[in-house]
Parts: sequence; structure tokens; C-alpha cells
Amino acid sequence: MSRKASGLKAWAIQRLTAMYIGLFSLYLVAVLMFAAPADYGAWKAWIGSPLLSVAMLLFVVSVLMHAWIGVRDVLIDYIHPIAIRATALGLVALSLVAMGLWAAQALILVRLV
Amino acid sequence: MTTTSRRPVYLNLLKIKLPIAGIMSIIHRATGVFMFLALPYLIHLLDLSLSGPGGYAEANTALHSLFGVVFVFLIMWSLAHHFLAGIRYLLIDVDYGVEKEMAQQTALGVVIAGPILGLLLAGGVL
Repeated sequence: MSRKASGLKAWAIQRLTAMYIGLFSLYLVAVLMFAAPADYGAWKAWIGSPLLSVAMLLFVVSVLMHAWIGVRDVLIDYIHPIAIRATALGLVALSLVAMGLWAAQALILVRLV
Repeated sequence: MTTTSRRPVYLNLLKIKLPIAGIMSIIHRATGVFMFLALPYLIHLLDLSLSGPGGYAEANTALHSLFGVVFVFLIMWSLAHHFLAGIRYLLIDVDYGVEKEMAQQTALGVVIAGPILGLLLAGGVL
């Protein structure tokens, strides 16, 4: 893919994920403010319900993609030596994948136990 | 990249006067980087809170400690700023609010609303 097209793709992904993150955050914060689960059982039942579970996993994926594009842009702006830039980008990418798996593991485990 | 032009680059942060939209943009970046750095702790809290009644209580205690309260405030400020600035960017994408005066007013509004909403939301969820 050409440089231009990949930039356009990143731009579109950033906006699409932003809309989902924005709407879902609004829902999460509203629940936590006005109808917060009272104890562990209620918390687990809420997060572990089939619909919210999938919505949370989609949220995790959206946040990771959004964070990747944002942090990538910041690093490319401020780190110029190519070796350091590539290393930093690689570490960010790896850490995002690791955090995604960690969050997914927690969200899936709660449905199994 | 082939940017070999000899255009003057003048990026001394102490000497350039940043317009309000620029200040808003820098806060957008700073809050974004902060939320990225906060991700491991947020996921840790989610993981801990779902691990069992003990972990749930532990996460609850952590969130209500001094560190926890400040952390939640900063996260809510970041989220609110990102949310509002994001809507502003989306509107500008569809040519709404591009004119100088409007763009300055909305930028100022976002910068001011961020910490206020952060305080209200942190108070609301804790």
C-alpha cells in the first residue's frame, strides 16, 4: 500500500475507533455513575454478561488500535534517529498486543469461572 | 521521504506563541500519551477486580486511596478532553467550526471543560 493510502487508512481507523470508544465510554461512565454494580457478584455478572463481554472486547481492540495510531504519530514526530524510532515503535506495538491479550484473558476468564 | 528543502524550521517552544487550538492540541497529545501509559494499571485493576471478592475489594481500596483518587481524576480529565476535542475534530472534518473565531472558541471551551468534567466524573464514579 502506498504511503498516502496507508495514511488515509490510519485516519479512517482513528475516527471509526474514536466513535466507538466515545460512545462506549459514555455508557461505561454513565453506568458507573448512576447504576454502579454494588458488589463483586453484580460487577462480575455485569462485565461477564454475553453482550457486555463482547462490547468490552471490541472496546479493548478499538482502544489498542486508536492508541497505536496516536502513539505512533507522537513518536514519529519527536524521535528522528531511525534505529531508536523503530525500536520504540516496536516496543509500543508489542506492549499493546500484550496488554490486549491480558485484558481479553481477564474478560474471557470471568465468563468461564 | 525527500524533504530536502531549506525552509526555515522554527520550533523553539519557548519563543513561539501557541494559539489556543495549539494548546488544545498539545493537551490532546499529552492526555493521549498519559492514557496509553495508564493502560497497564487500568487493565491490572480490571483483572484484579474480576479475580474474586478479595481482588474486587483490593481494587476498590486502591481506587479510593489518595493515589487512586488523583489517578481517576487524571483519567477522567484525559477522557473528557479527548472526547470533546475528538468531537471538535470530527466536526472540523465535515467543515463545521473551521472559521478562526469559532475554532478558537471551541478550543478554549474544550481546554476549560476538560478538568471541570474530570472533577465531576471522578466524583461521580468514586
